[in-house]
Amino acid sequence: MSAATAPVQLSESKLARRETWGQLGRSKTFVVGAVVVGFWIFWAIAGSHLTPQDPLALGTHILVRPGGAHWLGTDSLGRDVLSRVLAGATGVMKIAPLATLLGVAGGTVVGLVTGYFRGLVDEALGRLIDALLALPLIVIAVTALVALGASNGTLIVVIGVVFTPLVARTVRAAVLAERDLDYVSAARLRGERAPYILFAEMLPNVMGPIIVEATVRLGYAIFAVAGLTFLGFGIQPPSPDWSLQISQNYALLSGGSYWWTVLFPGLAIATLVVGVNLIADGLTQVLER
Amino acid sequence: MTAGPVTEPALELIDVDVTYRVRGRERQVLRGVSLTVERGRSYGLVGESGCGKSTAALAIVQYLPRNGRVRTGEIRIAGRDVVSLSRPELRHLRANDVSMVYQNPGSSLNPSIRVGKQVAEVFTVRGVAKAEALDLAKSALAKVQIADPGSVMQRFAHQLSGGMQQRVVIAMALAKDPALLILDEPTTGLDATVEAEVLDLISALQAEFQTAVMFISHNLGVIAKMCERVGVLYAGRLVEEGAVESVLHDPRHPYTVGLLRCVPRGGARKDHGRLDTIPGFLPNLGEDVPGCVFADRCALAQEICTAEEPPLHELGGGHASRCHFHEQAQALPRAGAANLALPPVERANEPLLRFDDLGKVFRQHGHDINALVGVSAAIWPGEALGLVGESGSGKTTLARTLLGIVGPTSGEVTLNGKPLEGHLGRRSRDEIRALQIVFQNPDSALNRRHSVRRILRRALKKLSGLTGAAAEPRMLELMHSVRLAERYVSAKPGQLSGGLKQRLAIARAFAGEPLVVVCDEPTSALDVSVQAAILNLLVELQAERRVAYLFISHDLGVVHYISDRIAVLYLGRLMELASAAVVFDGPHHPYTEALLSAVLTVDGGGRDRIKLAGEIPSAANPPSGCVFHTRCHRKIGEVCEIEEPPLVEVEGGHLMRCHIPIDELRALQAKPAATASA
Repeated sequence: MSAATAPVQLSESKLARRETWGQLGRSKTFVVGAVVVGFWIFWAIAGSHLTPQDPLALGTHILVRPGGAHWLGTDSLGRDVLSRVLAGATGVMKIAPLATLLGVAGGTVVGLVTGYFRGLVDEALGRLIDALLALPLIVIAVTALVALGASNGTLIVVIGVVFTPLVARTVRAAVLAERDLDYVSAARLRGERAPYILFAEMLPNVMGPIIVEATVRLGYAIFAVAGLTFLGFGIQPPSPDWSLQISQNYALLSGGSYWWTVLFPGLAIATLVVGVNLIADGLTQVLER
Repeated sequence: MTAGPVTEPALELIDVDVTYRVRGRERQVLRGVSLTVERGRSYGLVGESGCGKSTAALAIVQYLPRNGRVRTGEIRIAGRDVVSLSRPELRHLRANDVSMVYQNPGSSLNPSIRVGKQVAEVFTVRGVAKAEALDLAKSALAKVQIADPGSVMQRFAHQLSGGMQQRVVIAMALAKDPALLILDEPTTGLDATVEAEVLDLISALQAEFQTAVMFISHNLGVIAKMCERVGVLYAGRLVEEGAVESVLHDPRHPYTVGLLRCVPRGGARKDHGRLDTIPGFLPNLGEDVPGCVFADRCALAQEICTAEEPPLHELGGGHASRCHFHEQAQALPRAGAANLALPPVERANEPLLRFDDLGKVFRQHGHDINALVGVSAAIWPGEALGLVGESGSGKTTLARTLLGIVGPTSGEVTLNGKPLEGHLGRRSRDEIRALQIVFQNPDSALNRRHSVRRILRRALKKLSGLTGAAAEPRMLELMHSVRLAERYVSAKPGQLSGGLKQRLAIARAFAGEPLVVVCDEPTSALDVSVQAAILNLLVELQAERRVAYLFISHDLGVVHYISDRIAVLYLGRLMELASAAVVFDGPHHPYTEALLSAVLTVDGGGRDRIKLAGEIPSAANPPSGCVFHTRCHRKIGEVCEIEEPPLVEVEGGHLMRCHIPIDELRALQAKPAATASA
């Protein structure tokens, strides 16, 4: 009958995916962000293997101005600043994404559950989230890190836990719009249990906002790692981490000299955060129309 | 006005091509459309979704989306070519000469500005002082028969009902006394009773203002009532045009013929025969069609049709058809499925599903809302029980309560004599599979991230316990039985047309051999030709499997076609329950009578419409006595206001809730009843 003659385009879903990538490729914001972040991902993986000099090797030429053999100069222990900046991506690029992943995973579960069940669970968790959001992130993190002891593991857990309610909020809002759609009723009408409805039926439909939120969170995670490291609660020496470089050298800034020891790691943090945010903006435009 | 000489037509389209740029390619959406709307006249544009109706409207007001443009041709409003207008000129044109009313009045009004101020804006934008504009707004609202314009002006859009909102939009559209009023499906979202009122209002205002009207609708009945001339649009091409009577009663294009045939009307019933369908699909957007656009769906098509574009044949009297074989159009072979023998419903035995004294109270903002009040009925195997009533009458709540999506506040549902738990979660697997539903909107009912295979396999697993290799042949069998071709198996819902999506939803509902399937307006989101195919499918499935339906619809023609018995709901109460023939032929409950009189048919027009006063009251505060007395045209007196009539069996199998004795009703309704026989 009629249905048999329909022109079907099975490549349509591939086309749609290609179109999403095409739109991202045409978005200047996204491309610039991807190039910047890609650069830092490369150096995070390459680490000290490809840097012009060993970032940890002490030298006799201390506090050399940028130029000559040391393009970005050397620090107070004679270490090459360029090599240290390039190698300094490793720590933060490991901790921030893992912390984000933890926060997004936790927030997705909490958001799905509260959004779907509503009622008392939602009320209680909602208030708890409000209470958490009222406290400055850095205060909670510092307190937790002092209590638990600073290590990369605790850093990841602390940032992840702090992010969970923030992500949960976004996911919950998306779930509220989905739960009234009839496919959820249809699932209940064939006797599906809540976990299946949440993770197999609804989750794929709220991935767009989750991806955007994850990217935004990644930017904040980099900030948080940098801030906590600067305060001494994050990555520990002798890692060539950017924030460590700044905290070790900022005292030298007084008098306006030796600026290169602080400026270049600072720029590195800034470019990475800006790059991640550009990606987030690009994704928002394409995924959330 | 700014227009040219008075002799110019209000609207003239000359050979207009509109294209949309999609994925880097220009796709043609309107193909050489030419039409003329004379001053003070009404022109109807019909066609199914995707034919280009709305594109035509947007092109006329030069409001196409950014990727759309008028490639060739001229669009003249009151003699001025609008395609070449500059931005300020366009603004002036839209402010003064042309108005547009869209389908959804709720989204046409600004939710955060009071109605009065919004209507006044129409005047202030043309330079009228504020205070004077408010006065003008008030009289504009009075013109559209809003009883208390002063208080309506103080309200926000969401505080008004749909019909009221559309009145406000129409008031705004007519306030500037435009040369041309474009109405794009203005009553599609409204109840039949409200639709009839709004259409009456538009007719009256058109006569008063002498405005030219372009009326866009998929509903031939609406066009028949509202328009003098009609153009039939198919795939962006005007295939037939002429005076309404001649096009609708003497159609000369196979598409028009098909369109007219696939609507169930004139008392068509499932046991009399299948509905006609239009096989095939609309060409893809912007597809190049060398010959006639309709050729590949046309049973009359010959070689010449795919090779050569037919010219517009003038048939006299302003009637024209773009068909090589226009004189044979009405001989179009019927494309319906074979007739089926439906065994009669046995009502001697225990009913399949029975609900007794079902009540449902929702609590909202501290008010109790009685969505259902003591509803009792039963459904026997193989029977279709139709459920009709305006929106807000409790149809969907009844369906959801039976299914256990929401639990009843009182009363009981029994399946094969066994009481069912109120909540789905406490029902057994067999009970769950016994009751299934086909939702109104397949886009919402199907998970857009799941493939056809995943949707059906999961349903088979949960409802029939079939997994692995055993499930695959059953899945293909299901697809076959709903005529969903096998090659769609990995497609996702977004890749299917509306009709195919609804077939998939039906297949899913039938995965577990259900006993009762609730059909909640299953065809109201679909085009009429697709609707016919879906109704045929439902009837076939019923004949094959003896499944019972609870069929909810606001389209009485559809309900009449498919239902064995019909229940009429009003404010959550059962007002009438009888066989389809009795409900349609009468004597009917006054409410049923009013509902029936509001139905617009292509061949109708003779029947007098009963005006229902006002709109359905709030269920939070229902009227005393008979809940219908506030709107009843046959109210007999105080007794209606004080005492709620009981639901009694007035004759064999005919239940009614009315104080007027049945014989008296029969006498009162003697005349109109004569028209409604098959």
